[in-house]
Amino acid sequence: MSTGNETITSSDYIKHHLQNLTYGQNPNTGVWELAHSTQEAKDMGFMAIHLDTLGVSFILGALFLFLFYRTGKKMTADTPSGIQNFIESIIDFIENNVRGSFNGKNPLVAPLSLTVFIWIVLMNTMDLVPVDWLPYVAQQVGVFFGADPHHVFFKVVPTTDPNATFGLAIGIFLLMLYYSIKIKGFGGFSAELTLHPFESKNIFVKLLLIPANFFLESVSLIAKPVSHSLRLFGNMYAGEMIFILIALLPFWIQWTLSLPWAIFHILIILLQAFIFMTLVIVYMDMAHNKEH
Amino acid sequence: MNINLTMIGQLIMFAMFTWFCMKFIWPPIVAAMQARKKHIENGLIAAERGFSEHQEAQQKAEEILNQSKDQAAEIIANAGRQATNMVEDAKNLATQEADKIKTNAQAEIEQETARARNTLKEQVSDLVMQGVGSVLAREVDVKAHQDILGKLSQTL
Repeated sequence: MSTGNETITSSDYIKHHLQNLTYGQNPNTGVWELAHSTQEAKDMGFMAIHLDTLGVSFILGALFLFLFYRTGKKMTADTPSGIQNFIESIIDFIENNVRGSFNGKNPLVAPLSLTVFIWIVLMNTMDLVPVDWLPYVAQQVGVFFGADPHHVFFKVVPTTDPNATFGLAIGIFLLMLYYSIKIKGFGGFSAELTLHPFESKNIFVKLLLIPANFFLESVSLIAKPVSHSLRLFGNMYAGEMIFILIALLPFWIQWTLSLPWAIFHILIILLQAFIFMTLVIVYMDMAHNKEH
Repeated sequence: MNINLTMIGQLIMFAMFTWFCMKFIWPPIVAAMQARKKHIENGLIAAERGFSEHQEAQQKAEEILNQSKDQAAEIIANAGRQATNMVEDAKNLATQEADKIKTNAQAEIEQETARARNTLKEQVSDLVMQGVGSVLAREVDVKAHQDILGKLSQTL
């Protein structure tokens, strides 16, 4: 408990770390303000935003864009050097993955995969920053502005907020629907949803099977963004949780657990970003695939 | 862990980032990489071509060298032969000339000899005639013995 405050319990500490910095309308007072407690944040309902999630993910996304944009500007076809090598290897990696799994022709897919991969890697990497550092900084800033230190929440890792992962997955889902309808036509897409997996040559049996098919296909369609986002969220949330638990230990023993876990977590950070990106490519491929 | 507007915000941010990446980041990087790929490909092809051309040229040069060596040997042989021929010819010519000169000289000598002999003969016969004439002037009628004298001078 590096906050050094004896009055808070372990449970409080964990809860505090898992609470986002929420801005919304307080239903009791009707005032737009930052939530002072988990309950208050919950009561704000849907019309509220997590400033920490959006802020951190915006900064990281902007960092990614800035870095790549600057390198792209200075790109040379001659001998590459320094950061250009690094960025080219990433681009190569993305291109190989897209070429391997995506059979359609769409100039959006590769940049989309690049954005998803790098952004998620950066967001996940925030997990490696010791759990108390940035919240502590945020707390000091909050206190400077006159807030109660116990009511300044700050969740550093955007991907441990389901809003962030659902935001991404829903974006992909919308693209998937858009391209499905664009490529296969509305009829083709409807047929895909209603004429599988049970098929029949007989027209009456076919009509009879439509509800069952539609039910199954909609479930599998809806399950895609849900599993897509929850997979990333779950992994990162669990990892963050373990870091928080490790942080509850006395400070002189923490490193024995946090170091191995951090090293192992590097793998998870990259792996989850890679899985998310691969699924983006696969879903895009499904949307472009006219097979059925 | 409440679901709220953050989700929509994240979605909008995602769309913006992706758009920016597709518009301003992906194309220049990929273009440069493609350009380099083409450049390297061309370079490799050029190197391959240069290598084969070099080999060909070397072969040709060797051929030409051998040819000129042969030619030079031939020329030298010809020149040698010609020189021998020329010497031979000159020798023959000189011999012929020498022979001719020798025969001419001999003929001339013979002629001179003949002429000298004739002159001498005439002089002798004249002398004899004179002697005979003077001897006979007294005793012989020249006119009467003309035929004998003529015969005599002819035999001389």
